[in-house]
Amino acid sequence: MNQIYPSPTFQVESIPALEIHHLDKSFTVAGRELKVLAGVDLSVKIGEFVTIVGASGCGKSTLLRLILGLDLDYSGDILVDGEHVRRPGLDRSIVFQDHRLLPWLTVEGNVAAALRRSSLSRAAKKETVREHLELVGLTSFSKAYPAHLSGGMAQRVAIARALVNRPRFLLLDEPLGALDALTRLKLQDELKRIVQREGTTALLVTHDVDEAVHLGHRIVVMQPHPGRIATILSIPEQARQDRSSHEFIRLRDKVLGLLAVGAGACQTKERTVA
Amino acid sequence: MEADASPPHLLRGAARHWRPFVAFGVIFLLWLAAAQFAWVDPRFLPSPAAVAARAKTEFTTGTLAFDISESLRRNITGFAIGALAGLLLGLVLGFSRTAERIVGPTLLAFRQIALFAWVPLLSVWFGGADAGKIAFIAVAGFQPVVINTWQGVKGLSPAYRELSEVLIFSRLDFARLVALPGALPSIFTGLHAGLIYAWLATLGSELFLNVTPGIGGRLNEGSQLFEMDLLFLGIIILAVIGLFYNSSAHSLETWLLRRRKR
Repeated sequence: MNQIYPSPTFQVESIPALEIHHLDKSFTVAGRELKVLAGVDLSVKIGEFVTIVGASGCGKSTLLRLILGLDLDYSGDILVDGEHVRRPGLDRSIVFQDHRLLPWLTVEGNVAAALRRSSLSRAAKKETVREHLELVGLTSFSKAYPAHLSGGMAQRVAIARALVNRPRFLLLDEPLGALDALTRLKLQDELKRIVQREGTTALLVTHDVDEAVHLGHRIVVMQPHPGRIATILSIPEQARQDRSSHEFIRLRDKVLGLLAVGAGACQTKERTVA
Repeated sequence: MEADASPPHLLRGAARHWRPFVAFGVIFLLWLAAAQFAWVDPRFLPSPAAVAARAKTEFTTGTLAFDISESLRRNITGFAIGALAGLLLGLVLGFSRTAERIVGPTLLAFRQIALFAWVPLLSVWFGGADAGKIAFIAVAGFQPVVINTWQGVKGLSPAYRELSEVLIFSRLDFARLVALPGALPSIFTGLHAGLIYAWLATLGSELFLNVTPGIGGRLNEGSQLFEMDLLFLGIIILAVIGLFYNSSAHSLETWLLRRRKR
Protein backbone atom coordinates (compact mmCIF):
# COMPACT_ATOMS: atom_id res chain seq x y z
CA MET A 1 0.00 0.00 0.00
CA ASN A 2 2.85 2.33 0.76
CA GLN A 3 4.01 1.90 -2.78
CA ILE A 4 0.66 2.98 -4.18
CA TYR A 5 0.36 5.98 -1.89
CA PRO A 6 3.58 7.98 -1.97
CA SER A 7 2.75 9.43 1.44
CA PRO A 8 1.33 6.84 3.83
CA THR A 9 0.02 9.56 6.14
CA PHE A 10 -2.22 10.82 3.40
CA GLN A 11 -4.32 7.70 3.56
CA VAL A 12 -4.32 7.57 7.34
CA GLU A 13 -5.48 11.13 7.74
CA SER A 14 -8.30 10.76 5.27
CA ILE A 15 -9.99 7.99 7.24
CA PRO A 16 -11.36 8.55 10.77
CA ALA A 17 -9.88 6.32 13.48
CA LEU A 18 -13.33 5.12 14.41
CA GLU A 19 -16.64 5.31 12.63
CA ILE A 20 -19.90 4.00 14.00
CA HIS A 21 -23.08 4.06 11.89
CA HIS A 22 -26.60 3.29 13.07
CA LEU A 23 -25.44 0.93 15.75
CA ASP A 24 -28.16 -1.11 17.48
CA LYS A 25 -27.46 -3.72 20.10
CA SER A 26 -29.85 -5.88 22.10
CA PHE A 27 -29.46 -8.55 24.73
CA THR A 28 -31.95 -11.29 25.35
CA VAL A 29 -32.63 -11.37 29.08
CA ALA A 30 -34.93 -14.11 30.36
CA GLY A 31 -36.47 -14.55 26.92
CA ARG A 32 -37.15 -10.84 26.50
CA GLU A 33 -35.36 -8.55 24.11
CA LEU A 34 -33.59 -5.73 25.91
CA LYS A 35 -32.29 -2.91 23.75
CA VAL A 36 -29.04 -1.48 25.14
CA LEU A 37 -27.87 0.70 22.25
CA ALA A 38 -30.07 2.40 19.69
CA GLY A 39 -29.01 4.38 16.64
CA VAL A 40 -25.52 5.26 17.81
CA ASP A 41 -23.53 7.34 15.32
CA LEU A 42 -20.04 8.47 16.18
CA SER A 43 -16.91 9.43 14.34
CA VAL A 44 -13.55 9.84 16.07
CA LYS A 45 -10.57 11.49 14.40
CA ILE A 46 -7.05 10.17 14.66
CA GLY A 47 -5.34 11.44 17.80
CA GLU A 48 -8.60 12.64 19.27
CA PHE A 49 -9.52 12.01 22.92
CA VAL A 50 -13.25 11.44 23.16
CA THR A 51 -14.98 10.96 26.50
CA ILE A 52 -18.36 9.35 27.01
CA VAL A 53 -20.51 10.15 30.05
CA GLY A 54 -23.85 8.74 31.00
CA ALA A 55 -25.74 7.07 33.80
CA SER A 56 -25.12 3.38 34.37
CA GLY A 57 -27.10 1.16 32.06
CA CYS A 58 -26.77 3.44 29.04
CA GLY A 59 -24.63 0.89 27.23
CA LYS A 60 -21.26 2.66 27.51
CA SER A 61 -19.31 -0.47 28.41
CA THR A 62 -21.20 -2.49 25.82
CA LEU A 63 -20.11 0.03 23.20
CA LEU A 64 -16.47 -0.52 24.15
CA ARG A 65 -16.90 -4.31 23.98
CA LEU A 66 -18.28 -3.95 20.47
CA ILE A 67 -15.39 -1.73 19.35
CA LEU A 68 -12.95 -4.27 20.82
CA GLY A 69 -14.59 -7.01 18.78
CA LEU A 70 -15.50 -9.11 21.81
CA ASP A 71 -19.13 -9.20 20.74
CA LEU A 72 -20.10 -9.33 17.05
CA ASP A 73 -23.83 -9.66 17.54
CA TYR A 74 -25.15 -6.21 16.60
CA SER A 75 -26.61 -4.34 13.68
CA GLY A 76 -24.97 -1.31 12.08
CA ASP A 77 -21.34 -0.66 11.24
CA ILE A 78 -18.26 -0.27 13.37
CA LEU A 79 -15.16 0.69 11.40
CA VAL A 80 -11.72 1.11 12.88
CA ASP A 81 -9.31 2.73 10.45
CA GLY A 82 -11.84 2.14 7.71
CA GLU A 83 -12.11 -1.61 8.36
CA HIS A 84 -15.03 -3.49 9.87
CA VAL A 85 -14.28 -4.87 13.32
CA ARG A 86 -14.43 -8.63 13.19
CA ARG A 87 -12.31 -9.76 16.12
CA PRO A 88 -10.10 -8.36 18.89
CA GLY A 89 -6.80 -7.02 17.62
CA LEU A 90 -3.64 -5.44 18.92
CA ASP A 91 -4.53 -2.15 17.22
CA ARG A 92 -7.14 -1.68 19.96
CA SER A 93 -6.48 -2.07 23.65
CA ILE A 94 -8.43 -1.51 26.81
CA VAL A 95 -7.98 -0.50 30.42
CA PHE A 96 -10.75 -1.98 32.55
CA GLN A 97 -12.15 -0.49 35.74
CA ASP A 98 -10.56 -3.31 37.73
CA HIS A 99 -6.87 -3.39 36.82
CA ARG A 100 -7.19 -7.05 35.85
CA LEU A 101 -3.52 -7.78 36.35
CA LEU A 102 -2.57 -11.43 36.61
CA PRO A 103 -1.64 -11.87 40.29
CA TRP A 104 0.95 -14.57 39.57
CA LEU A 105 3.00 -12.38 37.22
CA THR A 106 5.25 -9.50 38.22
CA VAL A 107 4.52 -5.96 37.06
CA GLU A 108 7.03 -6.52 34.26
CA GLY A 109 5.51 -9.90 33.43
CA ASN A 110 2.03 -8.45 33.24
CA VAL A 111 3.08 -5.77 30.78
CA ALA A 112 5.14 -8.27 28.77
CA ALA A 113 2.13 -10.65 28.60
CA ALA A 114 0.46 -8.19 26.23
CA LEU A 115 3.38 -8.68 23.83
CA ARG A 116 2.83 -12.44 23.34
CA ARG A 117 1.50 -11.82 19.84
CA SER A 118 3.92 -9.07 18.98
CA SER A 119 6.49 -9.64 16.27
CA LEU A 120 9.20 -7.72 18.14
CA SER A 121 12.45 -9.44 19.00
CA ARG A 122 13.05 -10.54 22.55
CA ALA A 123 15.36 -7.59 23.21
CA ALA A 124 12.95 -5.11 21.67
CA LYS A 125 10.14 -6.47 23.81
CA LYS A 126 12.22 -6.04 26.91
CA GLU A 127 13.05 -2.51 25.92
CA THR A 128 9.49 -1.50 25.16
CA VAL A 129 8.28 -2.96 28.48
CA ARG A 130 10.92 -0.92 30.26
CA GLU A 131 9.95 2.23 28.35
CA HIS A 132 6.29 1.83 29.19
CA LEU A 133 6.95 1.21 32.86
CA GLU A 134 9.01 4.38 32.81
CA LEU A 135 6.14 6.16 31.10
CA VAL A 136 3.83 5.35 34.01
CA GLY A 137 6.60 5.94 36.56
CA LEU A 138 6.87 2.40 37.90
CA THR A 139 10.37 1.39 36.82
CA SER A 140 11.41 0.59 40.39
CA PHE A 141 8.41 -1.72 40.84
CA SER A 142 9.01 -3.86 37.77
CA LYS A 143 9.76 -6.96 39.86
CA ALA A 144 6.87 -6.46 42.31
CA TYR A 145 3.72 -8.55 42.31
CA PRO A 146 0.29 -6.92 41.92
CA ALA A 147 -0.65 -7.83 45.51
CA HIS A 148 2.00 -5.38 46.70
CA LEU A 149 0.73 -2.43 44.66
CA SER A 150 -1.80 0.22 45.61
CA GLY A 151 -4.93 0.61 43.48
CA GLY A 152 -3.48 3.59 41.65
CA MET A 153 -0.20 1.83 40.93
CA ALA A 154 -1.98 -1.28 39.69
CA GLN A 155 -4.04 0.86 37.34
CA ARG A 156 -0.86 2.49 36.02
CA VAL A 157 0.48 -0.97 35.23
CA ALA A 158 -2.78 -1.71 33.41
CA ILE A 159 -2.29 1.49 31.41
CA ALA A 160 1.28 0.48 30.55
CA ARG A 161 0.01 -2.96 29.49
CA ALA A 162 -2.64 -1.37 27.27
CA LEU A 163 -0.09 0.88 25.59
CA VAL A 164 2.82 -1.52 25.21
CA ASN A 165 1.70 -2.70 21.76
CA ARG A 166 1.47 0.93 20.67
CA PRO A 167 -2.20 0.53 19.77
CA ARG A 168 -3.86 2.98 17.39
CA PHE A 169 -6.86 3.02 19.68
CA LEU A 170 -6.98 3.10 23.45
CA LEU A 171 -10.29 2.28 25.12
CA LEU A 172 -10.75 3.17 28.77
CA ASP A 173 -13.68 1.71 30.65
CA GLU A 174 -13.98 3.84 33.80
CA PRO A 175 -10.29 3.22 34.45
CA LEU A 176 -10.15 5.52 37.47
CA GLY A 177 -13.57 4.65 38.86
CA ALA A 178 -12.31 2.45 41.66
CA LEU A 179 -9.67 4.86 42.93
CA ASP A 180 -9.78 7.38 45.77
CA ALA A 181 -10.39 11.01 44.84
CA LEU A 182 -6.79 12.17 45.24
CA THR A 183 -5.22 9.36 43.24
CA ARG A 184 -7.92 9.86 40.69
CA LEU A 185 -7.08 13.53 40.11
CA LYS A 186 -3.41 12.72 39.84
CA LEU A 187 -3.96 9.89 37.39
CA GLN A 188 -6.28 12.00 35.26
CA ASP A 189 -3.45 14.41 34.57
CA GLU A 190 -1.07 11.58 34.00
CA LEU A 191 -3.43 9.82 31.62
CA LYS A 192 -3.82 13.02 29.65
CA ARG A 193 -0.07 13.45 29.41
CA ILE A 194 0.54 9.82 28.44
CA VAL A 195 -2.14 9.70 25.75
CA GLN A 196 -0.88 12.97 24.33
CA ARG A 197 2.69 11.75 24.29
CA GLU A 198 1.86 8.39 22.70
CA GLY A 199 -0.41 10.06 20.16
CA THR A 200 -3.05 7.35 20.48
CA THR A 201 -6.68 7.93 19.75
CA ALA A 202 -8.59 7.42 22.98
CA LEU A 203 -12.14 6.72 23.99
CA LEU A 204 -12.85 7.04 27.70
CA VAL A 205 -16.06 5.97 29.40
CA THR A 206 -16.75 7.56 32.77
CA HIS A 207 -19.40 8.51 35.32
CA ASP A 208 -17.38 11.51 36.34
CA VAL A 209 -18.36 14.62 34.38
CA ASP A 210 -15.32 16.59 35.62
CA GLU A 211 -13.07 13.86 34.34
CA ALA A 212 -14.85 13.78 30.99
CA VAL A 213 -14.49 17.54 30.51
CA HIS A 214 -10.90 17.65 31.72
CA LEU A 215 -9.62 14.83 29.51
CA GLY A 216 -11.63 14.98 26.30
CA HIS A 217 -11.45 17.01 23.13
CA ARG A 218 -15.10 16.17 22.70
CA ILE A 219 -17.60 14.81 25.15
CA VAL A 220 -20.36 12.39 24.20
CA VAL A 221 -23.37 12.54 26.50
CA MET A 222 -25.41 9.36 26.53
CA GLN A 223 -28.85 8.68 27.88
CA PRO A 224 -30.14 5.27 28.96
CA HIS A 225 -33.01 2.92 28.11
CA PRO A 226 -32.06 2.36 25.38
CA GLY A 227 -28.53 3.74 25.31
CA ARG A 228 -28.30 6.55 22.80
CA ILE A 229 -26.24 9.65 22.19
CA ALA A 230 -28.03 12.73 23.51
CA THR A 231 -25.46 15.18 22.26
CA ILE A 232 -21.79 15.61 21.44
CA LEU A 233 -20.03 18.73 22.71
CA SER A 234 -16.65 20.13 21.79
CA ILE A 235 -14.53 21.02 24.75
CA PRO A 236 -12.79 24.41 24.45
CA GLU A 237 -9.07 24.38 25.19
CA GLN A 238 -9.49 26.65 28.24
CA ALA A 239 -11.87 24.17 29.80
CA ARG A 240 -9.41 21.31 29.30
CA GLN A 241 -6.54 23.30 30.74
CA ASP A 242 -8.12 24.76 33.83
CA ARG A 243 -10.63 23.02 36.07
CA SER A 244 -11.66 26.30 37.67
CA SER A 245 -12.12 28.23 34.41
CA HIS A 246 -15.52 29.61 33.41
CA GLU A 247 -15.57 27.40 30.35
CA PHE A 248 -14.97 24.28 32.41
CA ILE A 249 -17.73 25.06 34.88
CA ARG A 250 -20.20 26.11 32.21
CA LEU A 251 -19.60 22.95 30.22
CA ARG A 252 -19.76 20.72 33.27
CA ASP A 253 -23.05 22.24 34.34
CA LYS A 254 -24.44 21.84 30.87
CA VAL A 255 -23.50 18.15 30.79
CA LEU A 256 -24.87 17.59 34.28
CA GLY A 257 -28.11 19.22 33.15
CA LEU A 258 -28.33 16.90 30.17
CA LEU A 259 -27.69 13.88 32.36
CA ALA A 260 -30.40 14.93 34.80
CA VAL A 261 -32.83 15.12 31.88
CA GLY A 262 -31.69 11.63 30.93
CA ALA A 263 -32.36 10.31 34.42
CA GLY A 264 -35.86 11.85 34.36
CA ALA A 265 -36.59 10.28 31.01
CA CYS A 266 -35.40 6.93 32.29
CA GLN A 267 -37.73 7.12 35.28
CA THR A 268 -40.78 7.83 33.18
CA LYS A 269 -39.77 5.01 30.92
CA GLU A 270 -39.57 2.60 33.82
CA ARG A 271 -42.92 3.73 35.08
CA THR A 272 -44.54 3.10 31.72
CA VAL A 273 -42.90 -0.32 31.52
CA ALA A 274 -44.19 -1.24 34.99
CA MET B 1 9.37 -2.18 82.40
CA GLU B 2 10.90 -4.06 79.56
CA ALA B 3 12.51 -6.60 81.85
CA ASP B 4 9.10 -7.17 83.42
CA ALA B 5 7.40 -7.47 80.09
CA SER B 6 9.75 -9.90 78.43
CA PRO B 7 9.32 -13.07 80.54
CA PRO B 8 5.52 -13.29 79.94
CA HIS B 9 6.20 -12.59 76.29
CA LEU B 10 8.67 -15.47 76.12
CA LEU B 11 6.25 -17.73 77.91
CA ARG B 12 3.48 -16.81 75.55
CA GLY B 13 5.75 -17.58 72.60
CA ALA B 14 6.66 -20.92 74.06
CA ALA B 15 3.02 -21.67 74.82
CA ARG B 16 2.05 -21.01 71.26
CA HIS B 17 4.58 -23.53 70.00
CA TRP B 18 3.86 -26.13 72.64
CA ARG B 19 0.10 -26.02 72.62
CA PRO B 20 -0.35 -28.49 69.75
CA PHE B 21 1.72 -31.05 71.66
CA VAL B 22 -0.25 -30.78 74.90
CA ALA B 23 -2.96 -33.30 73.98
CA PHE B 24 -0.31 -35.61 72.58
CA GLY B 25 1.70 -35.30 75.79
CA VAL B 26 -1.33 -35.99 77.97
CA ILE B 27 -2.17 -39.13 76.00
CA PHE B 28 1.42 -40.30 76.24
CA LEU B 29 1.48 -39.69 80.00
CA LEU B 30 -1.80 -41.56 80.44
CA TRP B 31 -0.38 -44.43 78.40
CA LEU B 32 2.77 -44.41 80.51
CA ALA B 33 0.73 -44.30 83.72
CA ALA B 34 -1.61 -47.04 82.58
CA ALA B 35 1.36 -49.32 81.93
CA GLN B 36 3.19 -48.24 85.08
CA PHE B 37 0.27 -48.71 87.48
CA ALA B 38 -1.16 -51.70 85.59
CA TRP B 39 -4.57 -50.08 85.03
CA VAL B 40 -5.03 -52.22 81.94
CA ASP B 41 -3.97 -55.76 81.12
CA PRO B 42 -0.55 -55.34 79.45
CA ARG B 43 -1.50 -58.01 76.91
CA PHE B 44 -3.97 -55.49 75.47
CA LEU B 45 -2.02 -52.33 76.10
CA PRO B 46 1.74 -52.80 75.89
CA SER B 47 3.90 -50.32 77.76
CA PRO B 48 5.75 -47.60 75.86
CA ALA B 49 8.95 -49.37 76.83
CA ALA B 50 7.76 -52.61 75.23
CA VAL B 51 6.87 -50.78 72.03
CA ALA B 52 10.26 -49.05 72.02
CA ALA B 53 11.99 -52.39 72.52
CA ARG B 54 10.00 -53.88 69.67
CA ALA B 55 10.96 -50.93 67.48
CA LYS B 56 14.60 -51.53 68.27
CA THR B 57 14.53 -55.21 67.32
CA GLU B 58 12.37 -54.55 64.28
CA PHE B 59 14.72 -51.94 62.91
CA THR B 60 17.91 -53.84 63.72
CA THR B 61 17.14 -57.47 62.95
CA GLY B 62 13.58 -57.40 61.62
CA THR B 63 12.02 -56.44 58.31
CA LEU B 64 10.07 -53.33 59.34
CA ALA B 65 12.33 -50.89 57.48
CA PHE B 66 11.81 -52.95 54.33
CA ASP B 67 8.04 -53.05 55.00
CA ILE B 68 7.92 -49.27 55.29
CA SER B 69 9.88 -48.82 52.09
CA GLU B 70 7.57 -51.26 50.27
CA SER B 71 4.48 -49.38 51.46
CA LEU B 72 5.98 -46.06 50.45
CA ARG B 73 7.02 -47.42 47.06
CA ARG B 74 3.45 -48.64 46.37
CA ASN B 75 2.03 -45.41 47.69
CA ILE B 76 4.23 -43.16 45.61
CA THR B 77 3.87 -45.25 42.43
CA GLY B 78 0.08 -45.42 42.76
CA PHE B 79 -0.24 -41.77 43.65
CA ALA B 80 1.99 -40.69 40.77
CA ILE B 81 -0.09 -42.67 38.27
CA GLY B 82 -3.42 -41.52 39.69
CA ALA B 83 -2.47 -37.89 40.18
CA LEU B 84 -0.94 -37.57 36.71
CA ALA B 85 -3.99 -39.11 35.06
CA GLY B 86 -6.25 -36.92 37.19
CA LEU B 87 -4.30 -33.80 36.35
CA LEU B 88 -4.39 -34.48 32.61
CA LEU B 89 -8.06 -35.43 32.51
CA GLY B 90 -8.94 -32.51 34.78
CA LEU B 91 -7.21 -30.08 32.44
CA VAL B 92 -8.92 -31.55 29.38
CA LEU B 93 -12.30 -31.29 31.11
CA GLY B 94 -11.57 -27.73 32.20
CA PHE B 95 -10.53 -26.56 28.76
CA SER B 96 -12.93 -28.43 26.50
CA ARG B 97 -16.67 -27.96 26.83
CA THR B 98 -17.23 -30.99 24.62
CA ALA B 99 -15.07 -33.25 26.78
CA GLU B 100 -16.80 -31.89 29.84
CA ARG B 101 -20.25 -32.69 28.47
CA ILE B 102 -19.21 -36.22 27.50
CA VAL B 103 -17.08 -37.27 30.47
CA GLY B 104 -18.19 -34.93 33.26
CA PRO B 105 -21.48 -36.55 34.34
CA THR B 106 -19.99 -40.05 34.34
CA LEU B 107 -17.06 -38.84 36.39
CA LEU B 108 -19.35 -37.25 38.94
CA ALA B 109 -21.38 -40.46 39.11
CA PHE B 110 -18.22 -42.55 39.63
CA ARG B 111 -17.31 -40.29 42.48
CA GLN B 112 -20.35 -41.55 44.38
CA ILE B 113 -18.86 -45.04 44.51
CA ALA B 114 -17.29 -45.56 47.91
CA LEU B 115 -13.55 -45.90 47.50
CA PHE B 116 -13.31 -49.36 49.02
CA ALA B 117 -15.98 -50.70 46.68
CA TRP B 118 -13.22 -50.70 44.06
CA VAL B 119 -11.16 -53.24 45.98
CA PRO B 120 -12.98 -56.45 44.87
CA LEU B 121 -13.17 -55.32 41.24
CA LEU B 122 -9.57 -54.21 41.00
CA SER B 123 -8.33 -57.36 42.72
CA VAL B 124 -10.02 -59.43 40.00
CA TRP B 125 -8.67 -57.26 37.20
CA PHE B 126 -5.15 -56.69 38.46
CA GLY B 127 -4.73 -59.48 41.01
CA GLY B 128 -4.23 -59.11 44.71
CA ALA B 129 -0.47 -58.65 44.53
CA ASP B 130 1.41 -55.46 43.79
CA ALA B 131 -0.45 -54.46 40.59
CA GLY B 132 -3.89 -54.62 42.21
CA LYS B 133 -2.72 -52.62 45.19
CA ILE B 134 -1.13 -49.94 43.05
CA ALA B 135 -4.26 -49.78 40.88
CA PHE B 136 -6.38 -49.17 43.96
CA ILE B 137 -4.02 -46.48 45.28
CA ALA B 138 -4.07 -44.83 41.85
CA VAL B 139 -7.88 -44.74 41.83
CA ALA B 140 -7.86 -43.18 45.29
CA GLY B 141 -5.33 -40.52 44.31
CA PHE B 142 -7.02 -39.86 40.97
CA GLN B 143 -10.42 -38.80 42.23
CA PRO B 144 -9.74 -35.62 44.20
CA VAL B 145 -7.09 -34.51 41.70
CA VAL B 146 -9.33 -34.78 38.64
CA ILE B 147 -12.31 -33.07 40.27
CA ASN B 148 -10.32 -30.18 41.73
CA THR B 149 -8.25 -29.59 38.58
CA TRP B 150 -11.37 -29.59 36.45
CA GLN B 151 -13.30 -27.24 38.73
CA GLY B 152 -10.25 -25.03 39.19
CA VAL B 153 -9.83 -24.41 35.47
CA LYS B 154 -13.57 -24.07 34.96
CA GLY B 155 -13.96 -21.69 37.87
CA LEU B 156 -11.51 -19.21 36.45
CA SER B 157 -12.88 -15.66 36.52
CA PRO B 158 -14.57 -14.68 33.22
CA ALA B 159 -12.71 -11.36 33.55
CA TYR B 160 -9.43 -13.21 32.88
CA ARG B 161 -10.95 -14.98 29.88
CA GLU B 162 -11.99 -11.61 28.52
CA LEU B 163 -8.50 -10.24 29.10
CA SER B 164 -7.01 -13.19 27.21
CA GLU B 165 -9.35 -12.47 24.32
CA VAL B 166 -8.33 -8.82 24.22
CA LEU B 167 -4.64 -9.73 24.31
CA ILE B 168 -5.43 -12.36 21.63
CA PHE B 169 -3.67 -15.11 23.54
CA SER B 170 -3.20 -18.42 21.77
CA ARG B 171 -4.68 -21.46 23.52
CA LEU B 172 -1.24 -22.38 24.75
CA ASP B 173 -0.58 -18.89 26.14
CA PHE B 174 -3.99 -18.92 27.78
CA ALA B 175 -3.23 -22.24 29.45
CA ARG B 176 0.29 -21.26 30.47
CA LEU B 177 -0.23 -17.66 31.56
CA VAL B 178 -3.82 -17.65 32.79
CA ALA B 179 -5.59 -20.96 33.29
CA LEU B 180 -2.88 -23.06 34.93
CA PRO B 181 -1.63 -20.46 37.41
CA GLY B 182 -5.21 -19.44 38.10
CA ALA B 183 -6.24 -23.00 38.84
CA LEU B 184 -3.10 -23.75 40.84
CA PRO B 185 -4.59 -23.30 44.33
CA SER B 186 -7.42 -25.63 43.41
CA ILE B 187 -5.02 -28.13 41.82
CA PHE B 188 -2.97 -28.12 45.02
CA THR B 189 -6.06 -28.78 47.10
CA GLY B 190 -6.73 -31.78 44.87
CA LEU B 191 -3.15 -33.07 45.05
CA HIS B 192 -3.09 -32.62 48.81
CA ALA B 193 -6.34 -34.54 49.27
CA GLY B 194 -5.16 -37.12 46.73
CA LEU B 195 -1.96 -37.67 48.70
CA ILE B 196 -3.90 -38.40 51.88
CA TYR B 197 -6.44 -40.62 50.06
CA ALA B 198 -3.61 -42.53 48.41
CA TRP B 199 -1.96 -43.09 51.77
CA LEU B 200 -5.21 -44.39 53.27
CA ALA B 201 -5.64 -46.60 50.21
CA THR B 202 -2.11 -47.94 50.61
CA LEU B 203 -3.00 -49.20 54.04
CA GLY B 204 -6.41 -50.42 52.92
CA SER B 205 -4.96 -52.38 50.05
CA GLU B 206 -2.37 -54.00 52.29
CA LEU B 207 -5.00 -54.93 54.84
CA PHE B 208 -7.63 -56.27 52.44
CA LEU B 209 -5.62 -57.77 49.60
CA ASN B 210 -2.90 -60.41 49.55
CA VAL B 211 -0.24 -60.38 52.24
CA THR B 212 2.90 -58.81 50.80
CA PRO B 213 5.69 -56.90 52.51
CA GLY B 214 4.22 -53.64 53.80
CA ILE B 215 3.09 -51.91 56.97
CA GLY B 216 -0.50 -53.10 56.49
CA GLY B 217 0.69 -56.70 56.37
CA ARG B 218 2.61 -56.22 59.58
CA LEU B 219 -0.46 -54.75 61.26
CA ASN B 220 -2.43 -57.84 60.25
CA GLU B 221 0.37 -59.99 61.59
CA GLY B 222 0.34 -58.14 64.90
CA SER B 223 -3.40 -58.59 65.20
CA GLN B 224 -3.42 -62.27 64.27
CA LEU B 225 -0.43 -63.24 66.40
CA PHE B 226 -1.66 -61.01 69.19
CA GLU B 227 1.56 -59.01 69.16
CA MET B 228 0.22 -55.76 70.52
CA ASP B 229 3.63 -54.09 70.61
CA LEU B 230 3.95 -54.61 66.86
CA LEU B 231 0.43 -53.23 66.27
CA PHE B 232 1.17 -50.13 68.33
CA LEU B 233 4.47 -49.60 66.59
CA GLY B 234 2.77 -49.90 63.21
CA ILE B 235 0.11 -47.37 64.11
CA ILE B 236 2.69 -44.88 65.40
CA ILE B 237 4.70 -45.22 62.18
CA LEU B 238 1.55 -44.67 60.13
CA ALA B 239 0.73 -41.53 62.04
CA VAL B 240 4.25 -40.17 61.60
CA ILE B 241 4.23 -40.79 57.83
CA GLY B 242 0.74 -39.31 57.49
CA LEU B 243 1.78 -36.22 59.42
CA PHE B 244 4.92 -35.88 57.34
CA TYR B 245 2.91 -36.05 54.08
CA ASN B 246 0.38 -33.57 55.32
CA SER B 247 2.84 -31.00 56.59
CA SER B 248 5.20 -31.26 53.62
CA ALA B 249 2.28 -30.84 51.20
CA HIS B 250 1.14 -27.85 53.21
CA SER B 251 4.51 -26.14 53.28
CA LEU B 252 5.14 -26.84 49.60
CA GLU B 253 1.79 -25.27 48.79
CA THR B 254 2.47 -22.19 50.91
CA TRP B 255 5.88 -21.82 49.35
CA LEU B 256 4.66 -22.10 45.77
CA LEU B 257 1.75 -19.73 46.29
CA ARG B 258 3.68 -17.26 48.46
CA ARG B 259 3.72 -14.55 45.81
CA ARG B 260 -0.05 -14.29 45.71
CA LYS B 261 -0.29 -13.04 49.26
CA ARG B 262 0.66 -9.78 50.77
